Amino acid sequence: MNNQEFNIGIATDTYKFGFSDPEKSVFKTQKGLSETVVRQISERKNEPQWMTDFRLRSLKMFYKKNMPNWGADLSKINFDNIYYYVKPVDAQGRSWDDVPSDIKNTFDRLGIPEAERKFLAGVGAQYDSEVVYHNIKEELAAKGVIFVDPETAVRDYPDLVKEYFGTIIPPADNKFAALNSAVWSGGSFVYVPKGVKVDIPLQAYFRINAQNMGQFERTLIIADEGSFVHYVEGCTAPIYTTDSLHSAVVEIIAKKDARVRYSTIQNWSGDVYNLVTKRAVAYEGATVEWVDGNIGSKITMKYPSVYLMGRGAHGEVLSIAFAGKGQHQDTGGKVVHVASDTSSVITSKSISKDGGRAGYRGLMKVHAGLHNIKSHVVCDALILDEKSRSDTYPYIEIDSNDVSIEHEARVSKISEEQLFYLMSRGLNEHEASMMIVNGFIEPLIKQLPMEYAVELNRLIELEMEGSVG
Amino acid sequence: MAEQMEFKIENLHANVEGKPILKGVNLTMRTGETHALMGPNGSGKSTLANVIMGHPKYEVTEGRILVNDINILDLEADERSHLGLFLAFQYPVEISGVTVTKFLKRALESKYAAASNGKRFQAKEFINELRENVEFLDLDMKFVNRYLNEGFSGGEKKRMEVLQMLMLKPKFAILDETDSGLDIDAIKVVSKGVNKLKGPDMGTVVITHYQRILNYVKPDYVHILYLGQVVTSGGPEMVTLLEEQGYDWVKEKYGELQAA
Repeated sequence: MNNQEFNIGIATDTYKFGFSDPEKSVFKTQKGLSETVVRQISERKNEPQWMTDFRLRSLKMFYKKNMPNWGADLSKINFDNIYYYVKPVDAQGRSWDDVPSDIKNTFDRLGIPEAERKFLAGVGAQYDSEVVYHNIKEELAAKGVIFVDPETAVRDYPDLVKEYFGTIIPPADNKFAALNSAVWSGGSFVYVPKGVKVDIPLQAYFRINAQNMGQFERTLIIADEGSFVHYVEGCTAPIYTTDSLHSAVVEIIAKKDARVRYSTIQNWSGDVYNLVTKRAVAYEGATVEWVDGNIGSKITMKYPSVYLMGRGAHGEVLSIAFAGKGQHQDTGGKVVHVASDTSSVITSKSISKDGGRAGYRGLMKVHAGLHNIKSHVVCDALILDEKSRSDTYPYIEIDSNDVSIEHEARVSKISEEQLFYLMSRGLNEHEASMMIVNGFIEPLIKQLPMEYAVELNRLIELEMEGSVG
Repeated sequence: MAEQMEFKIENLHANVEGKPILKGVNLTMRTGETHALMGPNGSGKSTLANVIMGHPKYEVTEGRILVNDINILDLEADERSHLGLFLAFQYPVEISGVTVTKFLKRALESKYAAASNGKRFQAKEFINELRENVEFLDLDMKFVNRYLNEGFSGGEKKRMEVLQMLMLKPKFAILDETDSGLDIDAIKVVSKGVNKLKGPDMGTVVITHYQRILNYVKPDYVHILYLGQVVTSGGPEMVTLLEEQGYDWVKEKYGELQAA
């Protein structure tokens, strides 16, 4: 089959494949969580004993840990009513007709290509990016970059995995990190060798199949000395899922003078609990930047963090949250200064509308006995109506003296004066508030890659119209 | 030359937070005319400007505002703008993150969309016109890449209002104390902008406390607003009268009327 045929035939072929015989190809663990379920997952993946043990240890940890009670309301999560593993190919045993029409409409308006739509909607299981992105993969391989799913990494690069997996976010970190460690499936494993600069953003859907769209995905990025990589997680299209819990773990190691940028814009459907732990360590002279946009989900709790471990390390977190009707976005960022001569910036912008609730929760911590620490934290909240809410919880723990910290927090409402001003120039009320919202997030949007910025703007426009589920 | 249009305020009463401010204002203006609306502080000048443009904070309790016999009081501010009304604000607000260019582009796009006369927004034409007007107002092109009114000096904000007017080319422009807080050079620049559009196709109301700007923007008619009413009107000679005698005589003569 040549490439052209492939591109044309792809969507319908896979659709037929997935639809014609869904039951035979489905493998699910039983509902709920147990040692048996965890063992089954590990078996299905043909994992070595050390990973099975890691999972089982994590499960114990999950049972031991309390639910976090300091943030959003998680009391409605029923752990017994969730499938923890659905064999990826077969998870797609859903027809295009079952995808809600609002999500289809959004795909339309975002201009997502047909093949990708089905993939994103969980229909096109065999959306084989292998061919489409063949050249990219060859280029990466030539530079020695490893970019595979973590299952492959466990099989083919066990030494690297053993050395780093679970070291930045150990299972004991929190209940949901423990859960992910026990049942993880899919995600990405990236290794960038010394001095290699990856000049195109790595995107999860460059890879072979839908595994990375799992609900318990696991990502580990190791940037060796002096290297650079920009990783883009998922995509901004709404991700459709039938289960209501997404709990991922992302670990990043930036070695001496390396730079890693990690961008996410999540747009889970409105019934999803999105509870994600993301943490990076930056060694001497290294830089880690998180760009984290949260548009969808029912509840999100996510605070990407950076530990600055060596002189000259720099960490940045850019967080954008949009909380519409029925949504609670509890997001922010954490920076921990462990070494002297380190600097950090946290910028957070949140918008709440139609009764939505957006919170900034951040930590700025400086260990004892350090010098020349600089940190700048800005959190701005925009509240669009009386029903909506914004909270700010900035935690600051400083145990050194030679520290320069700026912290700014602003909460603003769209004022009648601003709306009137813009409307008096001919913009209708919706256009006027859209313009104010766009202006509010503009400083952050400017820092995103072009296509990403365009998509985010469109998404927020859709949210403002209330047409995204 | 387009057909002449008429703008008419009839017995207008308006409240702010329940308090009556306008108490029966009458005023008629046609395109091609320049009117000055003067009066002591607190007489209701800015309230009148905001009511004309449709600020939701003001409640009209009686009267009508007609543009070519269409009562505009039920229209939103954007619809009034599309009819050709323009208000140069006394205190323009800041809109963070929105550049002057982006804002003007959107405003013009919506103007053309509403006009439905077949004329479409042309980016190239827009940029040329913008450049021309920016230079005309002695501004730098860097100005149009700044966020709308954010960090602008008082003079820049007023010039920004005039720039918008030049770009939108209204039928009726109300300038609410556009001269306040400006030095004489800035007043000259602002006046130059107004005079550029003055002509048979535009009616202008210059609201001011002082006569200075009226040395540069010559009014055909002068009205004095006091205690929520137009108490007297006349020709340009009234400007000199007010210059020489201030508002005391107005207060004496019409204050009693109001009190009675």
